Amino acid sequence: MATQNTIRVSVRRRAATLSFWEQVYLFEVIRGLWITTHHFVLNLYYHILKLFGIRKTHPLTPTIQYPEECRPLALRLRTLHRLARRDDGRPRCVACMMCETVCPALCIQIVAAAVDDPNIEKRPKSFDIDIGKCVFCGFCVEACPEDAIRMDTGILDIASYSRGGMVLDIDRLLSLNAATERTDKEVDQLQKWLLQ
Amino acid sequence: MPTLTIDNQEIKVPAGTRVIEAAKLLGIEIPHYCYHPALSIAGSCRMCLVEIEKFPKLAIACHTVATDGMIVHTNSDKAEHARTSMLEFLLANHPLDCPVCDQAGECKLQQYYMTVGRHNSALLDNKIKKTKARVLGPHVILDSERCILCSRCVRFTAEISKSHELGIFNRGDHSELLNYPGKALDNPYSGNVVDICPVGALTDRDFRFKVRVWYLDSKPSICHGCARGCNIRVDYLRRRFHHNDGKRIARFKPRHNPDVNGHWICDAGRYSYKQLENEDRLLTPQVDGTPGGWDSVLAGAAKAFAGHVSEFGVNSIALITSASLSNEEMFTAQELFGNGLKMEKIAWRIPPGPENKDDDLLIRADKNANSFAAEKIFTSTSRAKDVEEVLAKTEAGKIKAWIVLDADLGPAFGDERIAKAAESLRFSWYLGSYRNATSQACRFVLPSTVFTEKEGTVTNFAGRVQHFPAVVSPLGGALPLLEIFAKLAGRLELPTVETNPARVYQSLGQSFEHFAQPIYAAPTAKAAPTSKVS
Ligand code: SF4
Ligand code: SF4
Ligand code: SF4
Ligand code: SF4
Ligand code: FES
Repeated sequence: MATQNTIRVSVRRRAATLSFWEQVYLFEVIRGLWITTHHFVLNLYYHILKLFGIRKTHPLTPTIQYPEECRPLALRLRTLHRLARRDDGRPRCVACMMCETVCPALCIQIVAAAVDDPNIEKRPKSFDIDIGKCVFCGFCVEACPEDAIRMDTGILDIASYSRGGMVLDIDRLLSLNAATERTDKEVDQLQKWLLQ
Repeated sequence: MPTLTIDNQEIKVPAGTRVIEAAKLLGIEIPHYCYHPALSIAGSCRMCLVEIEKFPKLAIACHTVATDGMIVHTNSDKAEHARTSMLEFLLANHPLDCPVCDQAGECKLQQYYMTVGRHNSALLDNKIKKTKARVLGPHVILDSERCILCSRCVRFTAEISKSHELGIFNRGDHSELLNYPGKALDNPYSGNVVDICPVGALTDRDFRFKVRVWYLDSKPSICHGCARGCNIRVDYLRRRFHHNDGKRIARFKPRHNPDVNGHWICDAGRYSYKQLENEDRLLTPQVDGTPGGWDSVLAGAAKAFAGHVSEFGVNSIALITSASLSNEEMFTAQELFGNGLKMEKIAWRIPPGPENKDDDLLIRADKNANSFAAEKIFTSTSRAKDVEEVLAKTEAGKIKAWIVLDADLGPAFGDERIAKAAESLRFSWYLGSYRNATSQACRFVLPSTVFTEKEGTVTNFAGRVQHFPAVVSPLGGALPLLEIFAKLAGRLELPTVETNPARVYQSLGQSFEHFAQPIYAAPTAKAAPTSKVS
């Protein structure tokens, strides 16, 4: 029997019930336009005051002058990757391929090499991340057993004129540091790098 | 024949069977490290503890002989607790190097930790430091900290290779596996200790850090290194070619076959994978050293052949074939050149050099994979079976042309002699995989695939016919030999040649009794799973 194979699908109805005036629609449209116009006029008024130097700040919608000015980012936000270093400056990464394996976008490419030091044994000879493919999921950071790959640079504005430019190699990844460790001078240098 | 009960299942086993083997027959895997079916029993790891009714204590399944009426519990609380505790002991001083350990992904410590371990470490003291990254021999590197002292490798060198290089030194938690002073782990079978080491203590220097094992796929195959025809597993990369130096084949591992090679393969065979994708592979057809397309080179080769035959007749041409071709290729060559074109000089015999000897384990003096079939297939029509004879006749001017099938004559006869003999030839074809003195001496070079890039069967020295599949696709412009034969037959206006090895094998079976038993799986049947080394 065909009925045995049918699955009942429940139909979801909207819970909200509309009052009569809401159902008339026209009044609701006017109320919506009123909110927009209200904000527009107020913003205009305060921005003009600011323009003439009568007020320094204003309480309503702020405008951030990007890229000269940036919004503060939450510390836990996943931003551009970097490779951390050991205390002696050598990369922490041991080319275990955990991040390469877990990466859902297949954007990490590592080539391993042996090291003479028996306490390290293995290091990455090359380590490329194709940021153009990365989905910023952070799995690579989760998977790393050495806490070597981190996404705490605070850099989000990554752009390039070519696809190749989006591939970060090991030197660049090692040259970045955490947003919290950065001095003002380093911030300036970073700005230059990002704007070039 | 005692009957025993394991986990409520009854089984009858031959007298003398160990409990661990009886359980295996029932499909129950008892975790174990030191036990290996091909080695003597050490009973040192205590991982295989099981509960046996009426025994005062837990017993090790690898050493306890099954007796009539025995009732074994492998999963009782007591047995499980013992196993977890044993694993905790084994891991007490373990460095947990997994990120840099080549064994990770196929490590029995990792496997059993996830299945029967899952304990929290209770260790407060510092771990004991031992030798790391110590080169033991040409192929093997040791990390003593990872060693669980199961002594499998010691027993291998004592019982199988009989070379006695390894031993366990010192006492207590300072015990350490090392090689005897001044004695490198250097024997023709040394690579096998890497396979039997259940952990990452012994790893392959050759494979070291090339590629992570979980990136590899495997297919069963047959080693072509000598006439033994050891069963192997080919591990290869299907993607992520930035690993393994951009090569596809990453390693050969032995595949258990009690009738041919047991659990082992020799080092020569194990590392023969390296040449399969080296710079010496022939990748494009060539005429006089100039690369060309298949069509133009084949046309030139066929024209040279036809012109030569009309002038000097077919009997001035010799076919020199390697005795490592597959049964199907030899049969097709015989059909095409021997029966079809009536060529009488088909040579394949090259006596092995004095440095090659049979040993009493696996290695055969005959370095050809398929001499047995060559003797069967070519003998009936050939009048010049020895390559030496063909060379002499060429030097005497009686043979004026060569068709060489993947035979490298340099090592046996010297590169200069081959080059000199080839100078007098009217034309020569080389159908083969590698650039060598012989291929360079020949005018028309048609690149053929190696055994991992084609399907076929080979016959070992004892007459056993074994099948190998195509593991990877042909490299560069190389083609399987059967397809080259088909193209040539088309150019020479000969009857069409079958290129499907399964169908060629059928015709082969009709012509030669020895090949009558079916080898190829029925088209729909699933391939047999490859057994991993235990
Ligand atoms: S953030 Fe996600 S997508 Fe990007 S590199 Fe890491 S694992 Fe790959
Ligand atoms: S997971 Fe960490 S240690 Fe492993 S390769 Fe990636 S960055 Fe290196
Ligand atoms: S032997 Fe096994 S558990 Fe030990 S480091 Fe290697 S992979 Fe990890
Ligand atoms: S090196 Fe491996 S095989 Fe040898 S004793 Fe140690 S763990 Fe066992
Ligand atoms: S396998 Fe039984 S004691 Fe090691």
